[in-house]
Amino acid sequence: MKLEEFQAKRLFKEHGIPAPDGTMVTTAEEARSAAEKTGCPVVVKAQVQAGGRGKAGGVKLAGTPSEAYMVAESILGMDIKGYKVERLLVDPAVSIAGEYYVGITIDRRKKLPVMMVSASGGMEIERVAAETPELIYFQDINPERGLRPFEARKLAFRLFQEKGKALGAASVMVKLWDCFQHVDASLAEINPLAELDDGSIIALDAKIILDDNAIFKHPVMEELRLPTPTEKKELDAKSHGLSYVQLEGEIGCMVNGAGLAMATMDVIKHLGGTPANFLDIGGSSNPQKVVHAMELLVLDKNVKAIFINVFGGITRCDDVANGLVTALREIKTDLPLVVRLTGTNEEEGIRILSDFGITAMKNMTEGAREAIRLAKERGGI
Amino acid sequence: MSILIGKNTRVMVQGLGRDGSFHAEQMKTYGTNVIAGVHPGKGGSLFQGIPVFNTAEEAVRETGAECSVIFVPAPFAADAILAGANAGVDLVVAVTEGIPVLDMSKIIRELDELGTALVGPNCPGLISPQESKVGIMPGNIFQKGSVGVISRSGTLTYEVVNHLTAAGYGQSTAIGMGGDPVVGMKYNDYLELFESDGETELMVIVGEIGGTDEQNAADFVKKNVKKPVIGYIVGRSAPPGKRMGHAGAIISGADSTAEAKVTYLRENGIPVADTVEQIVDLVGDGLGGRN
Repeated sequence: MKLEEFQAKRLFKEHGIPAPDGTMVTTAEEARSAAEKTGCPVVVKAQVQAGGRGKAGGVKLAGTPSEAYMVAESILGMDIKGYKVERLLVDPAVSIAGEYYVGITIDRRKKLPVMMVSASGGMEIERVAAETPELIYFQDINPERGLRPFEARKLAFRLFQEKGKALGAASVMVKLWDCFQHVDASLAEINPLAELDDGSIIALDAKIILDDNAIFKHPVMEELRLPTPTEKKELDAKSHGLSYVQLEGEIGCMVNGAGLAMATMDVIKHLGGTPANFLDIGGSSNPQKVVHAMELLVLDKNVKAIFINVFGGITRCDDVANGLVTALREIKTDLPLVVRLTGTNEEEGIRILSDFGITAMKNMTEGAREAIRLAKERGGI
Repeated sequence: MSILIGKNTRVMVQGLGRDGSFHAEQMKTYGTNVIAGVHPGKGGSLFQGIPVFNTAEEAVRETGAECSVIFVPAPFAADAILAGANAGVDLVVAVTEGIPVLDMSKIIRELDELGTALVGPNCPGLISPQESKVGIMPGNIFQKGSVGVISRSGTLTYEVVNHLTAAGYGQSTAIGMGGDPVVGMKYNDYLELFESDGETELMVIVGEIGGTDEQNAADFVKKNVKKPVIGYIVGRSAPPGKRMGHAGAIISGADSTAEAKVTYLRENGIPVADTVEQIVDLVGDGLGGRN
């Protein structure tokens, strides 16, 4: 779960990390009064869960409250990488002497959290890593012991010569770890961490991604969820035990298992078709799940054919077949349907479908090919 | 021969809830040497003739279990893994999905110190066909043979194995290593075991988007593996930044895409299949026509 900047900054502040005293607003009028209250100049920043907001024109400086109004009006409603801007953060503008990067993520290879710092603040860390990897410094964090002050100082003195600034940065680093582990983040990033003209160190931007597996420990975090319409659909699917990601293709896919679902999308693409979605119905054979899954596919206007691919292991083919028959009795659709069923109780499953007038196939590639053919018949690409 | 588990491996099951009970029975039916169950509050009872204990420590002490399979719910699973490891089993197989990543990161060093090997979490387990199954795989699709299978997925492993078995290529051991960002053993650990296993002649690694485990495996193969290795990577049509079911299956940088992995494997001499069908062809090539 990705947080927006204003939410991440709030968590930062709760953990003692200095950040500008900004205000989150949703209208241009609110932006004007926030600018009055804060004192100009202010920076008006689009709140979306995407990087590159500045380049997209979603971050602007305003010298007066009425300018803040105009700027806010121009940014609200903007589309940034598929996210519609509905919220703004009005931050006091500061004068910056230097920009740095500090972040914590999980190193999958070492299986522990690692802190990365760099003097190339403001740039995406992936770009720094690709272009000047020697300018990134790393510190492994033993999650049982946490980031110790001496480890943070080691990093901070790589960035700053002067003791006061280095200690300020080290303190931010330790607090960033506290925040990371306290909220069970999978990423916490300050980019840029700024040195101001007065020598103070402050987080000018904030990015936090929470570990979805750990949200149950922090129910309060659920309230921070600000889903886009697409994400709402995905969350709704999740509440029914389905894992769904919307794409833009024409073949609606329903599969049991995440790996097999990706393989299904890949084979569709390999054969010249386009998958409309990722949809994993999971391991259980609950017919109601199949009904919800069918609803998702049928509601997608791009879908021209549906391909259901089930490998019965723990999931029994006859249960899936029964679920599908129930779904097709409830949901009226004229979309062509291709079903592939193999594995546990496949004979029974195939018989149930055939009684209902559906011929099930046994091979995934053949099934995908047939779904693509049927989509083309209905005017697909 | 096989790796990690065999006919005589003494297996205990931690967590005899709905899933744990069902699969304990399935494992026993398959022929796994299931000798104990662990479930707080059910100690002293019998499940399908298997003695049940309140704690892992008691189960190991009384039965000499060497391997534990975890079906404990996610909030308590990391602790259950530690309980099994501290009780003295050599191998823990964590089937549980949804364990917080930091929780796993916190216990992994202790497992190393104890010398306990971990498969998973968020995995279907492993199987040495006709000997032992520890996990939730459908036993009937597997067949004894010389191909070692290592995968990050569940049903996709079944799909791959089904094709292998149909073509007459049996498996020495097949492992689902788990779909989470932090898992115990990885490709390299399994490849090392397969390389020195007398029965295994070829390994198939089934990978997906997220992380760089597949590239690390390719580096490892180049240096340490003489047996042929075949790759298959899914997620070519996955959009960046979206979790594709598995917590670990998310494109977070250029290296973690399917294309980057396929290219890296091929550049390092590992043939990569574009489709499941092609895996069978490549395995045939790798074995030089032997079945």
